[in-house]
Amino acid sequence: MSALAHVPIGSGQSASPPPAARSGRYRLLPYLLLLPGAAWLVLFFAVPLVQLAAASLYDPTGSISTGYVLTWAFDNYPTALRAYWPQFARSFLYAGIALVLALLMGYPLAYAIAQKAGRWKNLLLVCVIAPMFTSFLVRTLAWKTILSDNGWLVGLLRDVHLLGPDGRLLATPIAVVLGLTYNFLPFLVLPLYASLERLDYRLLEASSDLYASPLKTFRRVTLPLSMPGLIAGTLLFFIPATGDYINAELLGTPNEYMIGNVIDSAFLVRLDYPQGAALSFLLMSTILAVVFVYLRRAGTEEVL
Amino acid sequence: MARETPAGDLRLANLTKTFGAFTAVDDLSLTVPQGSFFALLGASGCGKTTTLRMVAGLEEPTSGQVLLGDRDIARLRPYKRPVNTVFQSYALFPHLDIFENVAFGLRRRGIRSVDGQVRQMLSLVQLDGYERRRPAQLSGGQQQRVALARALINHPQVLLLDEPLGALDLKLRRQMQIELKRIQTEVGITFVHVTHDQEEAMTMADTVAVMNAGRIDQLGAPAEIYEFPATAFVANFLGQSNLIACDVSGGSGDDLLVTAHGARFSVPAGRSRTDNGPVFLGVRPEKLHLVGAAVQVPGGSQHLEGVVTDASYVGVSTQYLLRTGWGTELSVFVANSGAQQRFAVGERAVAYWDPQHAFLLGRDADEPDRTTPVLDEPVGASS
Amino acid sequence: MSRLARWFAEHWVMGVALLVLGYLFLPIAVVAALSFNRPSSRLSYDFNEFTLDNWRNPCATSDMCDAVLRSVQIGFLATVAATVLGTLMAFALARHRFRGRSGLNVLIFLPMATPELVMGTSLLALFVSGGVPLGFWTIVIAHVMFCVSFVVVTVKARLSGMDRRLEEAAMDLYASEWQTFRRITLPLVLPGIVAAALLAFSLSFDDFIITNFNSGTTVTFPMYVWGAAQRGIPPQVNVIGTAMFGVALLLVLATSLRGRRARRATIVPAPAQGNGRP
Repeated sequence: MSALAHVPIGSGQSASPPPAARSGRYRLLPYLLLLPGAAWLVLFFAVPLVQLAAASLYDPTGSISTGYVLTWAFDNYPTALRAYWPQFARSFLYAGIALVLALLMGYPLAYAIAQKAGRWKNLLLVCVIAPMFTSFLVRTLAWKTILSDNGWLVGLLRDVHLLGPDGRLLATPIAVVLGLTYNFLPFLVLPLYASLERLDYRLLEASSDLYASPLKTFRRVTLPLSMPGLIAGTLLFFIPATGDYINAELLGTPNEYMIGNVIDSAFLVRLDYPQGAALSFLLMSTILAVVFVYLRRAGTEEVL
Repeated sequence: MARETPAGDLRLANLTKTFGAFTAVDDLSLTVPQGSFFALLGASGCGKTTTLRMVAGLEEPTSGQVLLGDRDIARLRPYKRPVNTVFQSYALFPHLDIFENVAFGLRRRGIRSVDGQVRQMLSLVQLDGYERRRPAQLSGGQQQRVALARALINHPQVLLLDEPLGALDLKLRRQMQIELKRIQTEVGITFVHVTHDQEEAMTMADTVAVMNAGRIDQLGAPAEIYEFPATAFVANFLGQSNLIACDVSGGSGDDLLVTAHGARFSVPAGRSRTDNGPVFLGVRPEKLHLVGAAVQVPGGSQHLEGVVTDASYVGVSTQYLLRTGWGTELSVFVANSGAQQRFAVGERAVAYWDPQHAFLLGRDADEPDRTTPVLDEPVGASS
Repeated sequence: MSRLARWFAEHWVMGVALLVLGYLFLPIAVVAALSFNRPSSRLSYDFNEFTLDNWRNPCATSDMCDAVLRSVQIGFLATVAATVLGTLMAFALARHRFRGRSGLNVLIFLPMATPELVMGTSLLALFVSGGVPLGFWTIVIAHVMFCVSFVVVTVKARLSGMDRRLEEAAMDLYASEWQTFRRITLPLVLPGIVAAALLAFSLSFDDFIITNFNSGTTVTFPMYVWGAAQRGIPPQVNVIGTAMFGVALLLVLATSLRGRRARRATIVPAPAQGNGRP
């Protein structure tokens, strides 16, 4: 997990350029080192994406048994979008709401660990990662228990009249958003923590010495300085959350289905490859577009 | 040096290193006699570390030779050279204990029984009993000595020290300077010591080379360089100097006559780096004596009159600034021996000096006076 | 400001943080509790009655244990392959100059930024059009693919945090290039490689989405849980969940205890390892 904390997305640390190879006999070495890994990534990451793009343009009347023909059927896109735009929009809506919730929870958490925890820092950090030691699916199923209609949480909320006597949490949008928030929160916290940990406490003292209120200090000093971690964290949260369909499946109903559920069923149930591929490709392009706009706005193009 | 090259002299011949358009070391030639303690002194970025790394084999020269005796080692891999290095901040192997750190070089050369040698070396650097510690468990000074032992145990022909004391605090640095000197005398190996600390260089080295912008400005014994610097850079890099812009106006016997702003001074020809054109007349602040304006200066000395504009009491001495008639402020250090008169700011005073203590340096025609600001660290305090 | 207000101003952030940590641990507590549950019916998710049976017979439902074993096998193979490939790439990136560097960086970064859904479906599209039968080996291929990038990033971070002068010092002390690598570089980078391997294993073991598209009829542990969620979850799933949590926690505590002693001996603290994305 800590790998994510090290992903230097937009972080200011400049990796010093590696020195030039000393002599000719080493000139080939880097290529030899890179070849197997890069070949794997090209073959099983890049080429499949091309294949996916191709599949999204297959003749939609084909099937696995009769075979598919590449007819450049661009119509697959509008057709798929007309049929599933609610799920598509819902994916971004739910992921967006979950992101806001996660920021409200994750920022104080990361800040407290980085600046306030003292010698408990490492222990608290392990506590952020630890829940992920248990299987993702098992944890999500545990939420099913917590949110169930005869669970203590629903009972409590009914007693204080936050929920009506028949009100429920499970199988509602609330459950799905809660699940998304929960499952991807650590991805937000860890890069944020890495940024905040480097923050020199004396800067905050200097700021308050220079007549900034705590709120001003946060806005003018803490927030800008934690920007690299914030950007990395929001991306690492938002991207998998948008593509997730496990929470919608386990904690929601078809009314809460996200685009992932549709793509899953297109590929594995309805066996409509062109449509599944079109939606998949659309999802990726939209996410990439959102990410690029976001990075522009955040003032860094230094993704790597 | 007009002597034959014995087997162990280190000679750099026309050594040049460029990084892209930047020339770090520029056609450098020098000889380090076997068994001497040699210091390469210069500000950061002057090329001294690059020079050292070329000797160690960590940097390949763009052109030129590195000769050990008659053998050119400039293009040998570092592990093929009888040269070892004490790195800046030591570079001790963090995953090996002290014993294994010190034994590292011996083991790489396939020597089996290293025990005796390692213990002997650890006791030379006074670290007996530390064999099984990890580097991080040692203090800075101890780490420094491990780094030294790790290099010395290989009996290199030349030991390179890259700012070896830079990471230590002042007191420890002083102690290590003495210790390094003792060890060098004991083992008799050639030490090439790179430093930016002029006091460190002067304390330890037999010979100091002052480097500036990839070249050597002056090379010689510490006292020689200090008393009679070759360039304006050296005059102010080693200690401070008052450099007054003058022009040579003629000679009289063994003396050269110079004029500055209408005032005339004489300097022995033997203390002149040049005998015509624009020059700097240099006098060290502690070589200036200060007396009241009405007092007669001793015969044979040179003098200048001015107004005291600053007096800083720094314990061993009082440092004055004396403004001359043309506005330049001279530094004057007066030892607080109790015998001297004290001057207040605004008082008129006369600074005089023995011509034997002055020196003449070449000067570009448009260069003005160069005097160092007051309260710069006095010679003798470490930077 | 009253003392109470001052105390509150100083500590509210920590208070919020502890609440959030509680939120993070709540499901774990539930999983642990349910592992001691005798459910009233197959489809019930509520706590009914305390029992140790699930822990005594974790393999009561034998297909679940088969799935766990299969996940371990896949995880092991994917980890070995991804760690080797990723470490080699990390060395090239951290230590060498070569053409096409930025393109390669993008190739390594993209799999971490692409939704698993897209990677899973695109691999499926490739395998189907290539006529590759889906199963154990297509899962391994997919897992290696998404683990490699994480290995590269982890090992590279360790490598670039390493002081180059240590290697120079070794060469200065008569170690050849190979000896320098073997005696200095490798031992110092090893914690990073181990962390990367643990990360890769946990990513592989826990992956559902990509596996789901490329597994054919092969059932891994997450696939089993997914299937069981429709039919009713055997309580032994919670035993596995709790055991995984316990083992991983012990591993982390052990390395951090060891690390505490070795920390001062290393230049960069070893990156803490842990589970990755779901």
